[in-house]
Amino acid sequence: MNEEATQERVTHTLGDIAIKIREMHKWYGQFHVLKDINLDVQNGERIVVCGPSGSGKSTMIRCINRLEEHQRGDIIVDGVELTNDLKNIEAVRREVGMVFQHFNLFPHLTVMENCTLAPIWVRKMPKAEAEETAMKYLERVKIPEQAHKYPGQLSGGQQQRVAIARSLCMNPKIMLFDEPTSALDPEMIKEVLDVMIELAREGMTMICVTHEMGFAKTVANRVIFMDEGQIIEQNEPEEFFNNPQNERTQLFLSQILQH
Amino acid sequence: MSTPEQKYAPGTHPDLPPPFASTGPIKWIRENLFSSPANVTMTFLAIYALYLILPGAFSWAFSDATFVAEDRNECRALNSGACWAFIAQRWQLFTFGFYPPDERWRVVLAFVLLILVVIALLWENCPARKPLLILACVFPFLATWLLLGGFGLEKVSTDQFGGFMLTIVIGVTGIALSLPIGILLALGRQSNLPIIKYACVAFIEFIRGVPLITLLFVASTMLSYFLPPGTNFNLLLRVLIMVTLFASAYMAEVIRGGLQAIPKGQTEAADAMGLKYWQSMRLIVLPQALKISIPGIVNTFIGLYKDTTLVIVIGLLDPLGIGQASLADTKWQGLSSEVYLFVAIFFFISCFAMARYSLYLERKLDTGYKR
Repeated sequence: MNEEATQERVTHTLGDIAIKIREMHKWYGQFHVLKDINLDVQNGERIVVCGPSGSGKSTMIRCINRLEEHQRGDIIVDGVELTNDLKNIEAVRREVGMVFQHFNLFPHLTVMENCTLAPIWVRKMPKAEAEETAMKYLERVKIPEQAHKYPGQLSGGQQQRVAIARSLCMNPKIMLFDEPTSALDPEMIKEVLDVMIELAREGMTMICVTHEMGFAKTVANRVIFMDEGQIIEQNEPEEFFNNPQNERTQLFLSQILQH
Repeated sequence: MSTPEQKYAPGTHPDLPPPFASTGPIKWIRENLFSSPANVTMTFLAIYALYLILPGAFSWAFSDATFVAEDRNECRALNSGACWAFIAQRWQLFTFGFYPPDERWRVVLAFVLLILVVIALLWENCPARKPLLILACVFPFLATWLLLGGFGLEKVSTDQFGGFMLTIVIGVTGIALSLPIGILLALGRQSNLPIIKYACVAFIEFIRGVPLITLLFVASTMLSYFLPPGTNFNLLLRVLIMVTLFASAYMAEVIRGGLQAIPKGQTEAADAMGLKYWQSMRLIVLPQALKISIPGIVNTFIGLYKDTTLVIVIGLLDPLGIGQASLADTKWQGLSSEVYLFVAIFFFISCFAMARYSLYLERKLDTGYKR
């Protein structure tokens, strides 16, 4: 029943543009990393970005919350254009959560403090309320009992789930995942993917850079393939995996799906 | 081939205590004192050396020492060991310098307050911590008032400061100010704004590249040429500024090392959550960077504290200066061992306390993320 309700919300909000990227270019020094990126993401959409290493996937999603600066083109997130204006950048970052490959939890703070830090300092939420919210999300990622431990005492999978809970505590409209399972032991990948799948079911707008093709098939509305800084191909997962159009996509898929 | 039968079914093996000799003092002695033939030799050599040195040192310092005497000759006549009578007679001079005897209670009071404030700052579970922390905020002004006088207290000139009191005034001021200034310099050196960055680099490199003695000379003589005529800039104040700046430059480099050890992911995570620059520095980066830098920071503190003895070159009388002046007294000539040992013990106690506290702090702040 709960699921129906969220499904309804998804169809309701789908159609509004959450992220709009137009003719975006980026260089590292002389190196042209991102070339003419155009991408529209609708509210409630789940997008998986894949491609060989060095193809610019991470850089692209890091441009969306301005961890990387683009040099040409426009990025508009939730109606706010990313420019050098710090106010805009802060506004975008408040609404966009990010999960990193190496978790990037704050090792000197407990799990609970990790989760309440941004709500308290950025959203100016009272401490008790922030802790209540944190507990709610820690329960959702199934580790409420770890709340008073330090990140160093948890396993990789648990740390990544804390990182997801930490982002959710800010109640973001959009979640970015930068290879969230690449640093995990195989037996821990599933626990993280389960949390992400549940999040997708609830209608969160998500962009995931990942090589978990099973995940892509289960939750994505769209799969994007990047190579050498360009978006080569994008399609619904079924079409994308069964009937890739571009030669490079075919090569990439044949290589990662071999085993 | 048959495997021997297992005592416990798989998964039911209980946790057993470790064998006796692999824990406790026996293990420690075995590993640290008798782990190899070379180690055994060293242990016995060390015991022999202690046997040679300790009894002599003990009788010189205690059993053969003189504690009450009028001058050196009386000392020598009474006993063959150390002549502590000299220190006993002069300890007030060593402690307060030339501070007026009737006003010395103010120094003692300031010192007691300082101890309370330090305890409250360093010890998290200290009783009545809140009021003491409020005291800590007003302490600099309170101490200045107590030491210098005015507003109802008799005025005391800084020329009369001396001895351990002077060491503590310079040391504590330098320590308390050099850490925050050092942090700002270290952050400034990493700034994206070229003006701030190069100003910090220039400051750090200049101050580090010059011996402290030259800075003290500049403070004592040359500043009066630079400043408009008629400005009377207190010598002690100039020394405080120079010592603080000197330590800050070193501090900045120590902290920069700590800042560089913090993975970029930490600031990225803070940025991604919408924290502002100062928030992410204060809440995320600095707590970790300072923790890593504790050994270097305390090293700089100890260096600064001992460097206070250099003020002797510009005529301020710290304990060493008082000692040298006292040794010139014909009644007590030739007692330099006693004087220098006494001053050394004072410095050792202060510095060793800092070192121990830093070790305690490192252990306390360790949240197990080194694994």
